[in-house]
Amino acid sequence: MNMPEEKSRLPKAPTGIQGLDEITSGGLPKGRPTLVCGAAGCGKTLLAMEFLVRGARQYNEPGVFMAFEETQNDLIQNVASLGFDLKDLITSKKLVIDYVYIERSEIEETGEYDLEGLFIRLGQAIDSIGAKRVVLDTVESLFSGLPNPLILRAELRRLFRWLKEKGMTAIITGERGDGSLTRYGLEEYVSDCVIVLDHRVNEQVSSRRLRVVKYRGSTHGTNEYPFLIDKDGISVLPITSLGLQQIASTLRIPTGIERLDAMLGGAGYFQGSSILVSGTAGTGKSTLAAHFVSAACQRGERTLYFAFEESPSQIMRNMRSIGIDLQKWEKEGLLQVHANRPTVTGLEMHLTMMYKAINAFKPKVVIVDPLNSFVIGGNATEVKAMLMRLVDFLKMNKITGLFTNLTAGGGVLEHTDIAISSLIDTWLLLRDIEMSGERNRGIYILKSRGMAHSNQIREFLITDHGIELRDVYIGSGGVLTGSARLAQEAEEQAAQIIHNQDVERRKLDLEHKRKFMEAQIAAIRSEFEAQETEAMNFIEQEHVREVHQTQEREDLALIRKADAKPNRLKGNS
Amino acid sequence: MKKEFADRKAALHAPPLPKKDRGIMEVGASETQPTQAKTNAFILRLYVAGQTPKSMIAFANLKKICEEHLKGQYFIEVVDLLENPTLARGDQILAIPTLVRKLPHPVRKIIGDLSNTERVLIGLDLLPLE
Repeated sequence: MNMPEEKSRLPKAPTGIQGLDEITSGGLPKGRPTLVCGAAGCGKTLLAMEFLVRGARQYNEPGVFMAFEETQNDLIQNVASLGFDLKDLITSKKLVIDYVYIERSEIEETGEYDLEGLFIRLGQAIDSIGAKRVVLDTVESLFSGLPNPLILRAELRRLFRWLKEKGMTAIITGERGDGSLTRYGLEEYVSDCVIVLDHRVNEQVSSRRLRVVKYRGSTHGTNEYPFLIDKDGISVLPITSLGLQQIASTLRIPTGIERLDAMLGGAGYFQGSSILVSGTAGTGKSTLAAHFVSAACQRGERTLYFAFEESPSQIMRNMRSIGIDLQKWEKEGLLQVHANRPTVTGLEMHLTMMYKAINAFKPKVVIVDPLNSFVIGGNATEVKAMLMRLVDFLKMNKITGLFTNLTAGGGVLEHTDIAISSLIDTWLLLRDIEMSGERNRGIYILKSRGMAHSNQIREFLITDHGIELRDVYIGSGGVLTGSARLAQEAEEQAAQIIHNQDVERRKLDLEHKRKFMEAQIAAIRSEFEAQETEAMNFIEQEHVREVHQTQEREDLALIRKADAKPNRLKGNS
Repeated sequence: MKKEFADRKAALHAPPLPKKDRGIMEVGASETQPTQAKTNAFILRLYVAGQTPKSMIAFANLKKICEEHLKGQYFIEVVDLLENPTLARGDQILAIPTLVRKLPHPVRKIIGDLSNTERVLIGLDLLPLE
């Protein structure tokens, strides 16, 4: 291979290792040696081997692995557990493993020498398969195996130059020394790219870290990135690789509890948002999560449930008792429950296990129950970093994440141990309300970004058909819940009945009065009518009598032979 | 120091390495196979990479030491790795020049230009360690 062409950007050889290429913005410097150093057992050999295996498989760049510490068979066996079939690569001429054996006791130095033998071996191995990648693991063994470090240093310098001239992308591994990156100061010679691996144990849980100390001619992530080694090799988890570029969804998804939907602006959570349910012990966090799971499955969406405190069967049993059948969804393949103790592995391992499970299952909803079980001792900052990555990852994939968080009793409720509240879009707070000798559950929305939400406390009951939200009694006696609320309600009901009766009675009273009045009016009228009749009769009689009298008088006058006729009488007759 | 210097001078006048096919040439003390000649015969293999001054000095030094200390019971094989690069793996050769004592067992390796005669003799087990 010729020298790489002059380009404005440094040509890079992708490692194919998950995350490492992101940190190094493309891979290791092509055609140059890279130093990978770290203490024993931190994964140097594995990183180097993965670089070759992935190079051969994915980028069609065959590689030579020059091992100074492990024999070919040991290497093949060791990496077989990581899913690398070296034998296959060797037979298909994609990989050469050359085991260099040095035994100091068998070597006598008798004058000047050089390492031409090593060059020839390496050159021969490179030429035999047309290799583009070379690993020297661990070249520092030469210092303990061969006398005269002065010659060795000069020869190593020549070796790295020679590798560069041959255009080999090389990884040189080195054991970490006291106060220096490598025991024999290899960083002096390999200065294009230096990667430090670290393996530390904190609170009995180990975590691996990777840092790009130096990368000439390229930008690179400078942080310490956690990485892990599992059955698929190395995965580095860069925090910054995700960033805040997610597209926010306006789609809403129901919470599984009707009244809670109503509290959340009538439509539930945003799709792809992160939801925190926090509360003290026994406030129904998992139950709330189970409702959400059930609702998601009902819509036909896949749900992944990470349980860190209960076994899957325990969750199923408990939820069945309140009428939520999760087993059905599991059988239908819509629900997967991953249960693990947080202490099983380090945080990075958990995170990557989650990543993998999510990538494999492709869920729409992810539950983590509970978050704070990760906090062991003083690793809260790491937990926060991990959750930040998880939240970012979920958002990136438009997955709705619901996390539960146990608040320690006596602590401030509006506070999470891990201080992740700022990462959360919707925060439901469950609290118990202790009053008149009982303990009741209350729920309210502490925050919910991007939607109008209720500011009311609701009492929530766990019944045999799930969660029910009730209005709490808010009156002069404060917030009443549970039986106090019931008592208050009964009291109000009684008062209402009395009041109703009162109204009824008054109505009746009025009716009575009206009837009485009408009766009186009728009596007066009939009396009047009686009097009227009487008066009329009298007038009639009087008239009759007058007529009669006149008649009698005329009759009398007639009898007396009176000649004058009274005019008046004529007119009257 | 003086002695080394003299050796180096001698090397300049030493004859070039004898050539043979495949880059391996043998210099035997006897015409017969050494194992047959003597049970305690030394079979030595000198790895070089081309006819470099260092290689030539080494060969000259070796020849001299063998003649002095192992006359008639040694057998030298010179392997030029430039012509037979694959052979470097077999004997685990890194340094050049390397002298490998194949026989008698155990296998010993002596690296360098063999200018320190005393150390060569120690390496060949011809001189007990102090």
